[in-house]
Amino acid sequence: MSAALAVQGLDVVFDRFRALKGVNLAVQPGESFGLVGESGSGKSTLLRAIAGLAPAAAGTISINGKQLGHRRDKAFYRQIQMVFQDPYGSLHPRQTVDRLLQEPLAIHGIGDGERRIAQALDEVGLGSGFRFRYPHQLSGGQRQRVAIARALILEPSILLLDEPTSALDASVQAEVLNLLEEVRNARGLTFLMVSHDLAVITHMCGRLMVMQDGEAVEQLAAADLVSRKVAQDYTRRLLTASDGFVRSL
Amino acid sequence: MSDKASTLLEVEDLRVTFPTRTGAVEAVRGVSFSLGRERLGVVGESGSGKSQTGRAIMGLTPPQAEVSAKRLAFDGIDLLSAPPATRRALRGGRIAMILQDPKYSLDPVMTIGRQIVETLRTHEKVSKAEARERALDMLAAVQIRDPGRVFDLHPHEVSGGMGQRAMIAMMLIADPELLIADEPTSALDVTVQLDVLAILDELVSERGMGLIFISHDLRLVSSFCDRVVVMYAGKVVEQLKASELHKAQHPYTRGLLDCMPRIGSDRHPLPVLQRKAEWAA
Repeated sequence: MSAALAVQGLDVVFDRFRALKGVNLAVQPGESFGLVGESGSGKSTLLRAIAGLAPAAAGTISINGKQLGHRRDKAFYRQIQMVFQDPYGSLHPRQTVDRLLQEPLAIHGIGDGERRIAQALDEVGLGSGFRFRYPHQLSGGQRQRVAIARALILEPSILLLDEPTSALDASVQAEVLNLLEEVRNARGLTFLMVSHDLAVITHMCGRLMVMQDGEAVEQLAAADLVSRKVAQDYTRRLLTASDGFVRSL
Repeated sequence: MSDKASTLLEVEDLRVTFPTRTGAVEAVRGVSFSLGRERLGVVGESGSGKSQTGRAIMGLTPPQAEVSAKRLAFDGIDLLSAPPATRRALRGGRIAMILQDPKYSLDPVMTIGRQIVETLRTHEKVSKAEARERALDMLAAVQIRDPGRVFDLHPHEVSGGMGQRAMIAMMLIADPELLIADEPTSALDVTVQLDVLAILDELVSERGMGLIFISHDLRLVSSFCDRVVVMYAGKVVEQLKASELHKAQHPYTRGLLDCMPRIGSDRHPLPVLQRKAEWAA
């Protein structure tokens, strides 16, 4: 069985800055894989490079065993969709929810829009009452649901999630995380999820990769992280940091 | 460590109202608490009025909004009836505020050093040379390794963690008695977050300041503060000792604690907060 998503020796260079330095990654079909690290560690860049939003200077990316070229075709974008961090910035402010969801269907020449939009909204728990609203009429959590509906409407097999809940309140975060798990179980999706929050990653993912300065520090199972069987100091530091503040006396 | 006998700040029935086209919106609806020389956490979701509470104390409420209170007093000075000159002298002098994101709250066209010196010279009569000395000392106190270099840098030339330290330095240079920190570490990485908190913690306990720590992160607040005020829809729903957070009574506080994923607890799906209309009543 070939990996749903395989990355080998990937380099991303912006001007002279190497944002990613030879990153390797293999995600199996149906797996949920997490990426953690501090800002500037290259975790979002890795996601963007896979989606074709950042230029790969070296290395290969393959989806379901098929290697990707520089230009991605439409079939690729039907398979892989992305949800961004900021639900306030990732929805067009002058388009209604209906128009936002119509766009991917129009691009891919998929008919039956009526039914698909109603179904997609239902699936993310919004209902048709939200269909003709504008993004500014929605809360952060509702916007993120629309962004998830937009990603799901093409029925992709892989979802790239770039900090999908870090802009949301804790209570709303729980709702969105539950929704993501639900759709993953229902559709057998593969997740590649970026977060700076170790608790969120261990909750959502089976395996994870820790990144620092554009390099992979270590890959481990979420269960090992929970039982603190980590090999690298940096991972241990992240773990301590997520325990909260400890007053040194 | 905390001395509650000397009350620094009294807030009673604080209300902040914003006029809108569809009528007045009350962002803060009758908040009361008092603060000694201790660390008080104010927690709540976005829109719960926690930031507006901090801003009202600081005197930074937008001009169209209306602030009212039965009593809003800092060290016996009634803030609402105080003339603007008194409030200006307090603001930045005896009451200081750290804002969330150093990227937006530092002046982008002024060097970090000049901004710190400006704060100091606004509130104290000191010579330029002495102000520079004290700014450098303050930068060193917030554990910036090379104060001389950072003094001459512009905000865009430093990292987020460094910028936030510079802001703490700027806020503490006039030696305030009350520090309001509005999400001071939310824009920072987890590892840097703890460094900044440690600096803040040390300075607060060393100088015997009162601290109001505004945050959405209940876990962080409970590990950092002495006391926690939980806000919902502009009201205080619960006040409790940080160490007794797990004994919280109010269903909102409990729900908020419960819905966060924790390392090592396997709960699928996560419990979701069921909001009740009577909480906001």
